Amino acid sequence: MTVTTSANVSTAAMSLSRGRIEVLQFFRDRTAMVFTFLFPAMLLLLFGTIFGDSYDETGVSASQVYAASMLAYGVLTTGFVTMGSGLALDREDGTLKRLHGTPLPVTAYLMGKAILVLTLSIAEAALIILVGVLVFDMPLPDASHWLTFAWLMLLSVLTCSLLGVAVSAIVKRARSAGAILNVPVVALQFISGIFIHPITQLPSWLITVASLFPVKWMGQGFRYVFLPDSMKSMEAAGAWELGRTALVLGVWCVIGLVLCLATFRWSDKDR
Amino acid sequence: MVRYGDTTAVKGVSLRAPRGRVLALLGHNGAGKTSLLQVCEGFRKPDGGTVRVLGLDPVAEHDALMPRLGIMLQSGGVYPWAAAGEILRLFASFAAHPLDPDMLLDRLGLRKVEKTRFRRLSGGEQQRLSLAVALVGRPELVFLDEPTAGMDTEARHTTWQLIEELRSDGVSVLLTTHLLDEAERLADDVVIMRSGEVAATGTPAELTAAAGIDLLEVRADPGLELAPLKARHEVTETSPGEYAITGALDTHALADVLAWFAAADAHVTAVSSRRRTLEDVYLSLTRQHGVAVGAIK
Repeated sequence: MTVTTSANVSTAAMSLSRGRIEVLQFFRDRTAMVFTFLFPAMLLLLFGTIFGDSYDETGVSASQVYAASMLAYGVLTTGFVTMGSGLALDREDGTLKRLHGTPLPVTAYLMGKAILVLTLSIAEAALIILVGVLVFDMPLPDASHWLTFAWLMLLSVLTCSLLGVAVSAIVKRARSAGAILNVPVVALQFISGIFIHPITQLPSWLITVASLFPVKWMGQGFRYVFLPDSMKSMEAAGAWELGRTALVLGVWCVIGLVLCLATFRWSDKDR
Repeated sequence: MVRYGDTTAVKGVSLRAPRGRVLALLGHNGAGKTSLLQVCEGFRKPDGGTVRVLGLDPVAEHDALMPRLGIMLQSGGVYPWAAAGEILRLFASFAAHPLDPDMLLDRLGLRKVEKTRFRRLSGGEQQRLSLAVALVGRPELVFLDEPTAGMDTEARHTTWQLIEELRSDGVSVLLTTHLLDEAERLADDVVIMRSGEVAATGTPAELTAAAGIDLLEVRADPGLELAPLKARHEVTETSPGEYAITGALDTHALADVLAWFAAADAHVTAVSSRRRTLEDVYLSLTRQHGVAVGAIK
């Protein structure tokens, strides 16, 4: 045991080893697996079976629409809830404190979490698409749509995760994290055209409110990817509005990042 | 100075921990040991005063300081679903030149639980893993908060041995403990804290020697009239013919006591003395004022 001082390990390397433990940790905890990971797919099975009818003219079934919309729900829960409650828990049980006593920088800590959320979201999306294709005959889109899927997915995960980190700062106890974080999640599902489609059934002021938040745009984007072009008539603006989707998500990303940086704490102050 | 609300946990503490030495922080629960450590570790900003660790400000220069520190917390903050080996390797991956995790697992007797998840480890095993985590980054300075709490005798001795090796490698160690024998065996310097203040500092030898002889036992004729001696010393006849004189006794006091036995024409058949242990010093310092035996008069 000799003493040496020298250069530090790169943030990227630390992020990777942190991400590895996070993923490992998540998949070993079966409760987390079932409740956050499998839940959206279960919901899709439920909704798809209950509302199996086709929409007029288009020949697209409601279950196919749900499959696309449920992707937004999946990303939202994994990104926002997993990130938010995970951070609150790490803060409460001293994980953050212990890590703060090592050379690990905050970026590498958050990147580790981001690796978890991205892995989960991709696995989640694959599961939902699989259920959509196998159970509800959802057709797979062509290459150009997959490209949209890729950036939409990345931007959605980033936005939801950053907002999750930011919101974790107001979660006082990890026990209440689930309850607190699910309020905006569930409310936004209902007003953003995820559970209730087409969104035009809602009063127009409510659509305006929903348009301020990212979820509506995520759902709309995923429907663009997986549904035939004719389905755009059922969207609020009668169009897919991809440019606006990117813009709104981008703005929320920046808001999330600023809030993150402003509110991040390594430990509970009141302890 | 460290405050929690209106409660001042640490005040007016001034201490220097020289390199390559083991400094033990002693004190009751709530004496301010952990608060003091937290400030040194950069987890808390001091509410007053300055702290420099390895010449750096633990809060402002946190990033420069952390690669040089090894911190062992009392509990918490370890991934419950990860295995012992995975956890140690994770922390090793944060360091530029980590120690070999396998070597540490072997040394701390954790090899057989390498693949056991943290939540299934026993308290002592968790504690040993926590120590390994603190050491794996090859730190220059180690903070150990009650390192051997919950360990069995064997693990405790291994830990002591490791700490002694750290010192001989030039690593500085600051540890808190409730175990006086631990402090007496390991520490080069001891700081005794009471209600957030430093009650005494010194090497274990200095602290015990300063108190001189603590107890003198004399065997002589039973039933001696002790009143004249009692005016000057704490003396009792514990059993017929056995006399115990307590309190800090210097050379003059010893001479005075024995001179009294001589003047009383007593046949002294045995004299034994006991030096104060660190425990006696600790207890007399940390007791409430006026409660310590022999300090009333």
